[in-house]
Amino acid sequence: MKDDLGLKIGLEVHCQLTVLKTKLFCSCPSNYRGEDPNTNICEVCTGMPGTLPVLNEKAVEAAVKIALALDCKISESMNFFRKNYFYPDLPKNFQITQYDKAGGSPIAKEGLVETIAGIIRIRRIQLEEDPGKLSYEGTIVSSPISLVDYNRAGVALVEIVTEPDLKSPKHAREFLQKLRSILEHIGVCDGSLEGAMRCDANVSLFGGKRVEVKNISSFKEVERALNFEITRQKTMANVAKAEGMETRHWDDVRRVTVTLRVKEAEEDYRYFPEPDLVPITISKEYVADIRKRMPELPDGRKARFVKQHAISEEIAGALVGEKLLADIFEESLKVYMAPKLLGSWLAIDILGYLNRSEKTLADMKFKPKDLAELAKKVEKKKLTENTAKSVVIKAIEQGTSTFEFAKEGAAITDEKSIMDAVKEVFEANPKAVEDAKSDPKAINFLMGQLMKATKGRADHELARKTIEEAIAAGS
Amino acid sequence: MKMQSAWEIAEGVRKGSISAVEIVEEFFERIERHDKEIRAFITVSKDSAIQQAKEIEKKRREKKLGRLAGVPIAVKDNICTRGIETTCASKILKGYIPPYDATAVRMLKEEGAVIIGKTNLDEFGMGSSTEFSAFFATKNPRNLNHVPGGSSGGSAAAVAKGLSAVALGTDTGGSIRCPSAFCGVVGVKPTYGLVSRYGLIAYANTLEQIGPIANNVIDAALLLSCIAGHDPHDSTSIGENKDYTKLNSSAKKLKIGVPKQYFEEGTQKAVSDAVWRAIKKLEGEGAEVEEIDLKSVGYALASYYIIAMSEASSNLARYDGLRYGFQDSSGARDWSTLFSKDRKAGFGFEVKKRIMLGTFALSAGYFDAYYLKAQKVRNLIIQEFQRAFKKFDVLIGPTMPTTAFKLGEKTVDPLAMYMSDCDTVPANLAGIPAASIPCGSSNGLPIGLQIMAAPFEEGKILNVAKTLEDILGVYAE
Repeated sequence: MKDDLGLKIGLEVHCQLTVLKTKLFCSCPSNYRGEDPNTNICEVCTGMPGTLPVLNEKAVEAAVKIALALDCKISESMNFFRKNYFYPDLPKNFQITQYDKAGGSPIAKEGLVETIAGIIRIRRIQLEEDPGKLSYEGTIVSSPISLVDYNRAGVALVEIVTEPDLKSPKHAREFLQKLRSILEHIGVCDGSLEGAMRCDANVSLFGGKRVEVKNISSFKEVERALNFEITRQKTMANVAKAEGMETRHWDDVRRVTVTLRVKEAEEDYRYFPEPDLVPITISKEYVADIRKRMPELPDGRKARFVKQHAISEEIAGALVGEKLLADIFEESLKVYMAPKLLGSWLAIDILGYLNRSEKTLADMKFKPKDLAELAKKVEKKKLTENTAKSVVIKAIEQGTSTFEFAKEGAAITDEKSIMDAVKEVFEANPKAVEDAKSDPKAINFLMGQLMKATKGRADHELARKTIEEAIAAGS
Repeated sequence: MKMQSAWEIAEGVRKGSISAVEIVEEFFERIERHDKEIRAFITVSKDSAIQQAKEIEKKRREKKLGRLAGVPIAVKDNICTRGIETTCASKILKGYIPPYDATAVRMLKEEGAVIIGKTNLDEFGMGSSTEFSAFFATKNPRNLNHVPGGSSGGSAAAVAKGLSAVALGTDTGGSIRCPSAFCGVVGVKPTYGLVSRYGLIAYANTLEQIGPIANNVIDAALLLSCIAGHDPHDSTSIGENKDYTKLNSSAKKLKIGVPKQYFEEGTQKAVSDAVWRAIKKLEGEGAEVEEIDLKSVGYALASYYIIAMSEASSNLARYDGLRYGFQDSSGARDWSTLFSKDRKAGFGFEVKKRIMLGTFALSAGYFDAYYLKAQKVRNLIIQEFQRAFKKFDVLIGPTMPTTAFKLGEKTVDPLAMYMSDCDTVPANLAGIPAASIPCGSSNGLPIGLQIMAAPFEEGKILNVAKTLEDILGVYAE
């Protein structure tokens, strides 16, 4: 696709440092979620006249962790800049951020993230303050009023800017998933919280002008928005309409991008050094100390899973794609060591279900040990794997913390019951029994009939063995 | 009647020979009598002041009184006072009541000072005459046809007229020293970082400081002692909490540099003469005096205005009428129209002009030629002062090139108004401390002498000031 279209995609990902107790420049709680509008505020984060920002040093530590995890070069000295523009969600009508020109020095630059589809270079990462939030009645286009809530204003963000290395919308999603898992592993950003990770995408085709798409709130939305935008730009090219540089807004209700503002030229934010904050020295010792305390990252964890538990790269990769999933895997192994079984349930069945539905791992109310117990039952042949998987999915679907087995749900593992069932199936299907004597394919048919009769509860191996022996005995 | 100094008031209140309530009421009587004419105050906070004085009386019985017990103090109206309207003399902040005290104000209250009101200024501190207040011009108490100087004109006029014992001013490019010189009082601009800026409504962050204005040197030193020190709310504050009141009135072996640029054309002869007379007196007391060439000072004014306006254009962006302050009532259907209307009607001409110029200086394509170049000049000035203070304890020159000009004289000639800051802005660019003290008069108008020293050498400045005060006496009409 890249070759045909000259497709270029770059992302700017905004990650809230949800690990912090307070905002970036004041002591308001950083957890604004669930609060009444405009109650989680103070004179500093609402930019009251005369107030001054004071840097939350924990934010520097969290950003250094991110920089280390993304293999970035960390600046020995960083400073803050003001980005000036008028917008109602910005209490001061400028944002305190970092800049890489005019003597500016962001916290880190030049990193990389490895994905299955290739390496993505990180241009820079920077610390900045989150703006407040605007709400509309209906959509941004049709709403007659805008409401502003400053509860979020001043929350610490790390902006991660990539080079235009993303090959497709799907690749963008893969990258974001990986990034989220990294951030969760280092424990600075809980990507499961609404709005904790947001992303703007820059897209251009056929060497045309860069179009920026804002307001993308989830990874599924990234793929959708990019697909829409690529199709839109292709269509425009077909009708020979040149793309101008513009900023578009992703409307996730109608699933289209709409023009937010057309850029005549590069927007002039009149960046200049933030005079109320002093430059921060990031010493080698400070970084070394944080490096020492860095936890295991997804790539390392994946390799360990493969080595330690002899599971496949694919399964291990899927498990570490979400920290919680990998945690559940390891927790359950502590109770019962069945890595292949548990790995495939989590990585294939459960993850597959979650991707199809609108559910997340947070909807999984049962404990890893419950899952382990289930695996134990399957391995001890007290339960078929199919039954196990279906009760797990049902529990997630219904949000229950225990597994509900249908009364007749237990696995049939005793030879007598199986033999009885086989007899019944043979009596009902004499022709197939006859065929089976010369054609092994007919055995599969009989197996199917047996499973149907036992509602899938018959132990698979034992049933096949019994059928095969019965056929052999009869011929 | 002889006016009591802040020092005497505090001592009397602590001893019980002066009643805090009575002294505060006395000052309000003076305000009532004289301020119709002078117009130093935008807001008079009588009720809360009397309340504060009563609490001090109560505390006296517990013997827990601070260094400024019962001292009436006027606060420039760009410094936030909790519960008292703070306007910056701008229509855009009319009605704004801060939810918090500036750190300097909090510290003063803790020492027992009583806030009697908020004083007039040029809107947001942008001016040198207090004529650019959105509300009214303040008059020079020494001659009502003349300006009191600015931008802390209200504070200096209130102190000079005895409407307040002492006052807080702010100095971005001379705004404490200019009105102190024009009104014949003592004003100190501290080293950048000595006094917290938390609660000072920003005009130009990298240049400004809060400082004392007083009738005599010891009062200024006392006030400075009460507001200096590091504040965790201000990342740029690095000062130590120090007692500046132990003054040493002696000029022996003092090395005084006299920058010749401070006496060049544009400086009135009467001003030059008065300053030189004072320097000679110090020489007579044993000081060593030498002329010095400060070449970069010639570029200070241009550098200063570019930096100040650039910072102002960003600082003043927050006044959009959305969260507080003035709102244009004619209504708007979209954001750009809404905030544009509020700002159009809320800001005065001088403020708009500086926002426009600052916006221009920071714009892509001009940033290097203006803002960055101004910063380079600033570095040269800093280095030049560093060299000078290796050799000299203090530098002395005029505070202002002229005595107070007439009301309306320079409002029509903006460049002339800006030029009058030429002797004060270098100290702001270099971040060094500087004070103005009276050293004579011409045609009944006071002349200010400026003393500058290396960073955090306020003690040296105050010693020189005290020596001169002992020789020349406190300014009297």
